[in-house]
Amino acid sequence: MIQVIAFYLFAALTIAAGAFTILSRNPVNSVLWLIVAFFNAAGLMVLCGAEFIAMLLVIVYVGAVAVLFLFVVMMLDIDFATLRAGFIRNFPLGMLLALVILGELVIGVGAYRTGALELGTADGTAAPAPGASNIEAIGALLYSKYLFLFEAAGIVLLVAMVGAIVLTHRQRGGVRGQDVARQIARRPDEATVNVKPEVGKGVQL
Amino acid sequence: MDWSQSLRLVAPEELLSVAGLVLLLGSAWAKTARDARAITWLAVATLAVAAAIVAPWAFGGVRGAETLAFYGLFTADAFASYAKLLIYAAAGASLLIAPAFFERVRGYRPEYPVLVLFATAGMGIMVSATNLLTLYIGLELNSLAAYVLAAFLKDDDRSAEAGLKYFVLGALASGILLFGISLTYGFTGTTSFAGISAALQSGVSTGALFGVTFVLAGLAFKISAVPFHMWTPDVYEGAPTPVTTFFASAPKVAALALTMRVALEAFGSQVSAWQQIVIFAALASIVVGALGAIGQQNIKRLLAYSSINNVGFLLIGLAAATPAGAAGMLVYLAIYVAMTIGGFVAVLMLKDENGNQVEQIADIAGLSSHRKVLAACLAMVMFSLAGIPPLFGFWGKFVVFQAAVEAGLLPLAVIGIAASVIGAFYYLKVVKVMYFDEPAMKAVRHSDWIHQALLAASALFISPAGYLLTKCLGGLAAAAAAALFHAA
Repeated sequence: MIQVIAFYLFAALTIAAGAFTILSRNPVNSVLWLIVAFFNAAGLMVLCGAEFIAMLLVIVYVGAVAVLFLFVVMMLDIDFATLRAGFIRNFPLGMLLALVILGELVIGVGAYRTGALELGTADGTAAPAPGASNIEAIGALLYSKYLFLFEAAGIVLLVAMVGAIVLTHRQRGGVRGQDVARQIARRPDEATVNVKPEVGKGVQL
Repeated sequence: MDWSQSLRLVAPEELLSVAGLVLLLGSAWAKTARDARAITWLAVATLAVAAAIVAPWAFGGVRGAETLAFYGLFTADAFASYAKLLIYAAAGASLLIAPAFFERVRGYRPEYPVLVLFATAGMGIMVSATNLLTLYIGLELNSLAAYVLAAFLKDDDRSAEAGLKYFVLGALASGILLFGISLTYGFTGTTSFAGISAALQSGVSTGALFGVTFVLAGLAFKISAVPFHMWTPDVYEGAPTPVTTFFASAPKVAALALTMRVALEAFGSQVSAWQQIVIFAALASIVVGALGAIGQQNIKRLLAYSSINNVGFLLIGLAAATPAGAAGMLVYLAIYVAMTIGGFVAVLMLKDENGNQVEQIADIAGLSSHRKVLAACLAMVMFSLAGIPPLFGFWGKFVVFQAAVEAGLLPLAVIGIAASVIGAFYYLKVVKVMYFDEPAMKAVRHSDWIHQALLAASALFISPAGYLLTKCLGGLAAAAAAALFHAA
C-alpha cells in the first residue's frame, strides 16, 4: 500500500515540478523546480528497485544542475546586493522545496523497505539476478552482453569532444609560446650581446 | 557467443574507428593543406578497404543466425552490407570533393575526413542494428559528427546557423526517438528487434502503439520526411556544399535502411499498426517536396526539397511492406545516391571568375552557351530526378510503384505518379533556365579534375547505360531484401 501511495506521490510531483520548470519566469526558480523533478524521478527509480540509477540521477543531475546554476551565477554580470535580495525572496520557496524533498526521503525509504514494485518485467528478462546488487548486475551486463555498445558509446563521446574542439579551437598568431628545447640549448654567448651605444643614439635591440 | 566471430562481423566498423583514431592522431601534426589532402586520401582508401570487406557479404546474400554478433545486438547480413556499400561510396565521394572547396576559403582542416570516418562507422552501426540500443548509439555517433560537419566553416554565419539548427532539431528528434524506445521497451519487455516482433505477435496495446509511432516519428526526422522536414532546406543551404552532398546521400541511406529494418523486422508482425503512418508520410513528402521547390531561388534549397520529394517515393516502397517493395527501395536508393552526388557536384562546379560559388538559379541562366558539358550533366541529373524514361531515375520510381501496385496500394501509386508530374515542373524549369534564358555569364570558371571525374561517373550511372546494371542491382537488392525478411 505504501508503495502505491509513494508511487503516485512521486509521479504527481515529478509532473508538477516539470510543469513549473517551464512555467516559471525566473530562471532561478526554474532550476529549483528542475531539482525537485529530478529528485522525484530518482524516487520512482528507488520504487522500481533500481537504487543505483536513483543514486546516479541524484549525483549526476542534481549535482550537475547545481554546478550549472553556479556557472550561470558566476558568468552573468550579477550585482551581489540584488543577488542577496533575490536570495531572501527565493528563500521561502527553497525552504519549502527542501522540506518536500525531506518528507519524500522518509516516505521513499519506508516504501523501499517493503520491497520493489514489479515494473517492466513482463517476461522476466529484465528481472535482476537474485542476490546481486544493482551495481553488480549492471556491471555484469555492461561488460559482457552489452560490451559492444559500451565501446561504441566511448567513440560517441570521443566524437563529441573532437567536435567541440574543432568548433572552438582557433590558431592565433602572435602568441609567445615556450620552446623548452631552445631554452635549454641556448648558450651564454648567443644569449648576451655587448654593445657600445653612441651617446644620445639609443640601442637597437 | 563466439567473440572472434563477432569481431570478424564488425570488422568494417572496427577498421573505420581505428583508422579514424590513427588519422586523428596524425592530424595533430598536419600543418599544411597538403597534409590535410593526404589524410583525406588515406580516409578514402580506408573506405575502399571497408567496402571490400562488406562486398562479399552483399554479393553472397548472407543471412540468418551466423550474421549475428555480440549476443544479437548487431547483424552483418546482406541487407546491412548492401546499405554499407552505398554509404561508403557516398562518403568517399563527399571526401573527394571536399579539399578543393574548403581550400579556396582556407577552411580545410584534417578533422573533416576524421569526422566523416566516424560518422560512417556510426552509419554502419545504424544499418546493422538489431536492437533499439544499437540503433540509438549508431544514430548518435552519426548525428554528432554531422552537427559538427554542418558548422565546419565556423567563420561563415550560414554554416554556423545550419549547424545550430541541425543540432537543436536533431536533439529534439533524438528525444522523441528515445521516448518511443522507452515506451516500446516498457510494453514489450525487450529491446531486441526479434523479441519485439515476437511480443507484438498477439496484438498491439495502446502503449506499444504510442511507442511505434514515436519511434517512427523520430526516424522520420532523420530521413526528413514530411511533417518533420522543416530543417532540411535551411541546413542543406547553409552547410558547406561538400557537407550537403554528404548529408543528402550517406546519412539518408543509413536512416532509410534503419527505418526499413525497424518497420519490417521489429514491427513487422504488425504491419497495419504503422502502414498508415508511412503512407501519410510518403504522400505528404511527395506533395510538399514538389510544391515547396517551386518558389526556390537557391539551387541547394531546390535540391533539398527534391530530396524530401525522393524520400516520399522511397517510403511508397516501405508502405507496400513486401520483399518486392524493400528490394525496390534498395534499387531506388542506389540510383538516388548517384543522382544526388551528381547534382551536388555539378552545383559545386558552378563558380564565378573569382572562384566563388554560384548558388542562385538565376545566375546559371544560359549556362549551356559557355559550359556545354556541365549544363548537359546538370540537365541529365534534373531529368533523372524527375523520372523521365530514358534515364535511370525512371527505373527506381518504376520498381517502387510496381511493388506498391502488386501490394494492392493502387491509389497510393496513382497519387504518387500524379504528384511526380508536379515535381517535374521545377526540375524542367532549371533545364529551361540553363538552355533557353539569356546567358548571365556568371558561372564561368572550370573545376578540379576530381569534380569532373565524379560528375562524369554519376552521369554515366544515371544515363540510359545504367540499365545494363538493372540485373546486377536488382539481384543484389532482392538478396538484401530476402535477408531482411528472413530475420523478420
